[in-house]
Amino acid sequence: MGHKASDIEARLIVGFETHVQLATNTKLFCGCAVAFGETPNSRMCPVCLGLPGALPVMNRRAFDFAVLTGLALGCKISVHTKWDRKSYYYPDLPKNYQISQYDLPLAHDGAFEIPSEGGSKRVGIIRAHLEEDAGKNLHDQGDYSLVDLNRAGTPLLEIVTRPEINSPDEAYVYCTELQRLVTYLGVSHGVMQKGQMRFEPNINVEITAGGQTFRTPISEVKNLNSFRSVRGAVEFEFRRQVQDWLADHDYQFKKRPNENRGWDDERGVTVFQREKEAAHDYRYFPDPDLVPVEVDTAWLNGVRESLPELPLARRMRFELQYGVTADDAATLVADRETADCFESAAERAGAPQTTAKQFLNVWSRFANDRGVSVGRLAVSAERMGELAAMVDQRVVSATAANQIAERMMSSSDEPRQLAESMGLVTVADEGQLDSWVAGVFAGNEKAVKDAIANPKKTQAAVGFLRGQVMKASGGKADPRLAGDKIEARLAAMRAG
Amino acid sequence: MSGVLNVAETARTVRSRKCSARQAVQSAINAIRDREGRLKTFISVSPDAALKRADEIDAAIAHGRDPGPLAGVPVALKDNICNRHAATTCASNILRDFVPPYDAHVVERLTAAGAIILAKTNMDEFAMGSSTENSGFFKTRNPWNENCVPGGSSGGSTAAVAARMIPAAFGSDTGGSIRQPAALCGVTGLKPTYGRVSRYGLVAFGSSLDQIGPITVDARDAALLLAVIAGRDPRDSTSVAEPVPDYVAALDKPIHGLKIGIAAEYFGQGLDPQVETAVRAALDLFRARGAEVREITLPHMKYAVACYYVVATAEASSNLARYDGVHYGHRTPVPSDLIDLYARSRHEGFGAEVKRRIMLGTYVLSSGYYDAYYLKALKVRTLIRRDFERAFESVDVIASPVTPTTAFPIGEKSDDPLAMYLADIYTISANLAGVPAISIPCGFDAKRLPIGLQLTGPWFREDRILNLAHQFQSATDHHTHRPPLAAA
Repeated sequence: MGHKASDIEARLIVGFETHVQLATNTKLFCGCAVAFGETPNSRMCPVCLGLPGALPVMNRRAFDFAVLTGLALGCKISVHTKWDRKSYYYPDLPKNYQISQYDLPLAHDGAFEIPSEGGSKRVGIIRAHLEEDAGKNLHDQGDYSLVDLNRAGTPLLEIVTRPEINSPDEAYVYCTELQRLVTYLGVSHGVMQKGQMRFEPNINVEITAGGQTFRTPISEVKNLNSFRSVRGAVEFEFRRQVQDWLADHDYQFKKRPNENRGWDDERGVTVFQREKEAAHDYRYFPDPDLVPVEVDTAWLNGVRESLPELPLARRMRFELQYGVTADDAATLVADRETADCFESAAERAGAPQTTAKQFLNVWSRFANDRGVSVGRLAVSAERMGELAAMVDQRVVSATAANQIAERMMSSSDEPRQLAESMGLVTVADEGQLDSWVAGVFAGNEKAVKDAIANPKKTQAAVGFLRGQVMKASGGKADPRLAGDKIEARLAAMRAG
Repeated sequence: MSGVLNVAETARTVRSRKCSARQAVQSAINAIRDREGRLKTFISVSPDAALKRADEIDAAIAHGRDPGPLAGVPVALKDNICNRHAATTCASNILRDFVPPYDAHVVERLTAAGAIILAKTNMDEFAMGSSTENSGFFKTRNPWNENCVPGGSSGGSTAAVAARMIPAAFGSDTGGSIRQPAALCGVTGLKPTYGRVSRYGLVAFGSSLDQIGPITVDARDAALLLAVIAGRDPRDSTSVAEPVPDYVAALDKPIHGLKIGIAAEYFGQGLDPQVETAVRAALDLFRARGAEVREITLPHMKYAVACYYVVATAEASSNLARYDGVHYGHRTPVPSDLIDLYARSRHEGFGAEVKRRIMLGTYVLSSGYYDAYYLKALKVRTLIRRDFERAFESVDVIASPVTPTTAFPIGEKSDDPLAMYLADIYTISANLAGVPAISIPCGFDAKRLPIGLQLTGPWFREDRILNLAHQFQSATDHHTHRPPLAAA
């Protein structure tokens, strides 16, 4: 039999295993500082070095972070959980076993809601468990390798989804939303460049052709640490697997081995690494050095109650409550500090839409320039709200507000004081306005003529002329009053 | 003078300035010089460091500072207990040159109490064995008969104390490794409750079974030492925050009315009649002092050895995975690649018994065998624990022999692992259940080899078994007998 690509239907199936580095100060089982970029092997102790006689002690904060994340992912939290040893030999693994959780993960059976075309989609979460990271092998040394164990013992939360993601875009969104969630909760810094989130999509394709359904072998793309590479790898695998099946109809799940693949960022392709042999035998067994963890129900309820409003829910609320677009809501809820800051500012201003405009146009630009979030700018939410209120009450124009905002970045003066000292308080004086309008009419005769001659152009011309008045006034003219005057003057000219 | 004083006497004379800490250490150094050549109990001796520490203690005393309850008492550590100043080899070539950068919890506690670490003792490699013949370095001899083994795995520690070369030594007990050699050497050896003493700094063999304990001449010394090393240590998650009672004060309580259990399971086939006679004589003594002896039953004890060799080897296979030639310890000189580096380093570094147990442990944890072996062993372990729970509902202490026979000749069992494993048949279940047990001398056989009596107590009732042991020793003199080379 043979199938042309055009005769078949292909459905992408993706599940994720994601390692999230938790934002604890110290490692998962010892007191060593969690570090990045430090002198190799400078953040070690007998415990994370696996010296004989050293014993692990659980980092309580890591456990709390993991539980909080589990709850945010809608998971059930295990009342009784334990630690297991996963055995394999590798030089970056000092004990030659990794302390992980095998059959009793601390969180399981949840769902993560991500935005999707025209709404949201729930991605099932199979489990989330804690484990220690390995160190790093450095192989570019010549005829020997070096081992850096600074990273060994760093707390990781591994989150495993059901295979319920069906497009490269969904894969991308899942990853970005997960990053947003963990940074929002404060359980991870989520810095991709530092390897604090590592994604491993498991990808295959369900192909329907000639009334039959086939599934391709699953490939796991290892260690993706950028969102772009996630999308690229999933896209590439989708195409490759369909092509491989077209070329060989026995390229099927269970007929051909599952594979581990790596992502070549330069060429934009995944590369075969190795076949997954019939489940590597890790000889899991309970770690006798650690006691099982019994989760107290009262404590768990406390954590559940402390769970903040989650990003997606907050975005949807912003759309409804503040009348902003979905995209703008997403920007305002980029991170928890910004969203908190916005809500405080909007409340202070009593004008959420004006506040939103300033966040999106002004404050986010300053934040981007400085590489921080809006919530981290040196301007308090209160002062931001004050400025928005001034625009809303037409004390200053939006144009003038931009200049005031810029000054607020380096001055602790109140926005109103700044407006006054910068001479930006809106002028509503009739005489002054009349004189600015007259000047603009005189200088823009063509626009004025067009507006009178062609009623269809009137609105655009009014806008243009008002802009000119604002410019002439150095942003001080009250824009609404200026507009009124322009319209009145045009009407008078038409009538005359 | 013939060798050292015991712990209580040493501390008393040093604290009361009748003798300096330096003299106490020097007398141990002298005894070691005279006797060690014949017995070979120590892997390393650090006389200079010990004398320096002794001088510090003497200076503290001279300045009127309290030097601690164990002032000037020289002690030896089994060579699987880490201390900064000496190699901790586990009697293995793979750790031959390994000097830990930290002190074990017990070392910290002992040092703070004024004790002085003088030497590290020989043992079966990684504590795997019952005769100290599995040492990667040399065999230790029994001071009572130099052609016999001292028992094991803490055989260096028990032989050194028996020969009065050191007032006390510390061992580790995973399946009987303190009690069995204590019995074979005629000294007192205590395995505390699992969780009573921090394992931080004890090189792991079977993590859920291992406990550090004192080896001394008598129960009073054991009480003095346990008081110092017991208690919760935040670095060992399995150590327990149970209050530490006054073990010394408990020694003198009368034993009248105490209920002592005896189980037929301890008196079955294979028990040397001379051992049985000595143990039953001890029971008569307890009865004469007002204790009541009752029959109990421990129905699952017959599975203890099998259960133990699954649980302990499983844990060991994982615990010993870290000795791979990469990070520390022995590395093969010219490996061809990474796998070869692992394989050769481990092949060259480990002895036969260690390899045997690693293979056994790896097997029982392997996919497809886990349920049949490891999981089943855990279930049996629970049943054994329940046996003890039930027994301690009706009795206060369980008395038994420590070993089926007295010390056996060197070489007799070294080619027969199963026969060797049975040397621990009466000691293993205490580790599986986690209960405390003490081995004390209770007589000699016709060859004048010591016989041991085991007293097992409920969890965290070391005070009770020490009390009973002390009462026995107050009424008998078996523990005061010395082997010929240490004769007064």
